[in-house]
Amino acid sequence: MSAVAGTGTLTKLALRRDRLMIPGWLYALAASVVGSAASFRSLYGEQSQRADLARSMNASGPLRALYGPVYDWNSIGALTGWRMGVLGAALAGLMSILLVVRHTRDEEESGRQEMLTATAIDRRAPLTAALSAAATANAAIFVVIAAGMAVLGQALAGSVALGLQIAGGGLMFGAIAAVTAQVTESARLARGLAGAVLGAAFLLRGAGDAASADSGSAAVWASPLGWLEHLRPYDTGGESWWVLLPTAALTAAAVAAAYALAARRDSGAGLLPARPGPATGARWLNGPFALAWRLQRGAFYGWAFGLAVAGALYGSVTRSVGDLIGDNAQVNDIIERMGGHRGLTDSFLALTMGLLGIMASVFAVQSVLRLRAEENGLGAEAVLAHPVGRLRWAASHLALAVLGPAVLLAVAGALMGLIYGTAVSDIGGQLPRLTFAAVAQAPAVWVLAGLGTLLFGLLPRAVPGIWGLLGLFLALGQLGPVLRVPQPVMDLSPFTHLPGLPGGHSDRVLPLSATPYLWLLLVAAAAFAVGLAGLRRRDLTAGA
Amino acid sequence: MDGAITVAGLRKRFGRTQALDGLDLSVGTGEVHGFLGPNGAGKSTTIRVLLGLIRADGGSATLLGGDPWRDAVPLHRRIAYVPGDVTLWRNLSGGEIIDLFARLRGRPDDGRKRDLLERFALDPTKKGGAYSKGNRQKVALVAAFASDAELLILDEPTSGLDPLMEEVFRGCVREARDRGATVLLSSHILSEVEALCDRVSIVRRGRTVESGALSDLRHLTRTAVTAEVTRVPDGLDGLPGVHDLVVDGDRIDLQADNDSLDALLHALAGAGVRSLISRPPTLEELFLRHYESEDGAAPEAPDTPARDEPAQDGTAPAALPPKAPR
Repeated sequence: MSAVAGTGTLTKLALRRDRLMIPGWLYALAASVVGSAASFRSLYGEQSQRADLARSMNASGPLRALYGPVYDWNSIGALTGWRMGVLGAALAGLMSILLVVRHTRDEEESGRQEMLTATAIDRRAPLTAALSAAATANAAIFVVIAAGMAVLGQALAGSVALGLQIAGGGLMFGAIAAVTAQVTESARLARGLAGAVLGAAFLLRGAGDAASADSGSAAVWASPLGWLEHLRPYDTGGESWWVLLPTAALTAAAVAAAYALAARRDSGAGLLPARPGPATGARWLNGPFALAWRLQRGAFYGWAFGLAVAGALYGSVTRSVGDLIGDNAQVNDIIERMGGHRGLTDSFLALTMGLLGIMASVFAVQSVLRLRAEENGLGAEAVLAHPVGRLRWAASHLALAVLGPAVLLAVAGALMGLIYGTAVSDIGGQLPRLTFAAVAQAPAVWVLAGLGTLLFGLLPRAVPGIWGLLGLFLALGQLGPVLRVPQPVMDLSPFTHLPGLPGGHSDRVLPLSATPYLWLLLVAAAAFAVGLAGLRRRDLTAGA
Repeated sequence: MDGAITVAGLRKRFGRTQALDGLDLSVGTGEVHGFLGPNGAGKSTTIRVLLGLIRADGGSATLLGGDPWRDAVPLHRRIAYVPGDVTLWRNLSGGEIIDLFARLRGRPDDGRKRDLLERFALDPTKKGGAYSKGNRQKVALVAAFASDAELLILDEPTSGLDPLMEEVFRGCVREARDRGATVLLSSHILSEVEALCDRVSIVRRGRTVESGALSDLRHLTRTAVTAEVTRVPDGLDGLPGVHDLVVDGDRIDLQADNDSLDALLHALAGAGVRSLISRPPTLEELFLRHYESEDGAAPEAPDTPARDEPAQDGTAPAALPPKAPR
């Protein structure tokens, strides 16, 4: 039997199953990159405007932590590379993680792969097919982005570099996901582990960029995303093509490790032998709410750790904001545009709060989607065949979608306040202030959770679309201010409506108004109510 | 009517598929009722309506005197359900799941649970994802039989069980009946239905085609006759009510309508009968007859899976009558 038997067929199967997902990612990524370039062209067409932007950005360590340093401002391409290169690589990495796990561990966990491997295919074919699907998707991303930038009139070499930067991030994290998919028995955990590596790489790069103006710090070099950052597409001094070597080496090593692990383990098994569980249920495991917690606590602890690290990291760089730039009017203007308000430190803190809000939203969305997963996996049927009403069952998971983000934000905000407060000798002031500012993101998160519930009640098949909505809100928050997206479009995102706390009580929105919170809470409550009403009336689907 | 389950004219459509097309089902309190039909006949859809998971488009369904949709929660206190394809939470152990289910229903009975775990030889410390199909099924069965539910709804509950466990299962059903519980048993395993059920309903394409006590159903149909004779009498194949005549040397196999038995025996009387075996039709024969019978008459049935359905039973019918006897 050939060593590649069945690989082609499986790859085609994977691509067919992803016929909506891959084009969706491709469109979102390409539109963000090329759209950013087009906006930069109209907003920063003059060299002097670009230089101003670069000066203001690079002057602030915390802003560099968030966005990376502007390494070159002689072209629109270079600005695009600054803004979208590493972010795009991280997003392509996320796409590849989802793709690879979906076609490897997900298939094994569901038992579908057993049917496939019983046919005349090589044992390695599923892994090869998953990697091929990810490679295909990243190749398409490379082609579309490189061609799109070239069509916009940017230098060819830079366009190729930007495409490689983003697709390279995709390939690298796809390969890492191939390893985590071998290690754990659970697809959820495999995704979580690969995602944690991605998040750590992103945070490390940010910390390194905060510490050095030219990305030269060790922390940047410790992060695989930092390597790609050094590629510097469109740099007047020439791209540093050689950083593609360690990128390719890590990718190759991860792929080799994945194949080696796959060859050593049994189908369906992880590296660690499955441990037996308790013979009886703990006393507290006595109802739908306890079950929901039991099912989601792993994800919750994971996110709590991630948000705590992010909060601590941002808290530790905050102190340098004021020191570095003083009261530069131009920087203020930029920071205003980045979505902040006056008071540089507060502006930075408000920006990071927005990021924490997005992170908490991911957990909220996962919690809401758990309802759909339970319905499809027949867990819902098992619970509902008992004396548990639909509303109580749904509420058990939604309680986590509502309370979870608030707790996560409180943890992150408290750590930020503690560390920043220690640095400026004002724990008593900063701890409650930043904790409150972080938790104040929750109403926007609840709107997202509410919209997810709305879909779940009315259009259950469309529930995964909530990820698209989260992506849109993320893009609006991250790119909207720089690209001067029109206000009515910005207003689509609930995060736009939050007063930028802390510091929202500056003269722009004085006094701090409860109105936006009330509106967000109202919208969220209405969405939850309509979704739950829909759930009460509709049929439950049987399996999927 | 004060039966445990009363369903009349139930209709349910999924997109272009008419899953239930006026299905009737009535299960009396305390009886074990077999619910038979080929794949896709609408058995599981009916059960999902009865559990209040989906809402019927038309017709009526009453469960223990309540409305399965509106009164789902109070009704489920009195019901235990075992699906044919049990999915468990992968990271919860079987013991955790069984205890959770018992607490969800209320009135957990630890003694009964331990007894059932032993009888079904189930290891409760394994994680949900590590169980084989049969063992997943056992988790649901232990949870269901450990309850004191008035009504057990079992949807192909023994798929994946080995014959030993099948025997344990039958014992559990009998015990449930002895304590007064009602059982609705949807199954493909006809020997199981024959062994356990007082009455059966046969459904086909969303409609009930036959319902009644097993003995009554048998009377409506044919008897299989095998005889060894010294001389094969003439005109057997011309006899009204005789079907599927096979003559092999001095051996005769045939099927006879019950009201033609007398004429048949007269014809055989002078033939020097050395041995005569007559037996009522097996459920399998009844079952297959219903699935195959309408093929000619009902052109909308290209996919009737009759022949590959009940392979488990062993007593494969020698020949099948080409038309319905009714």
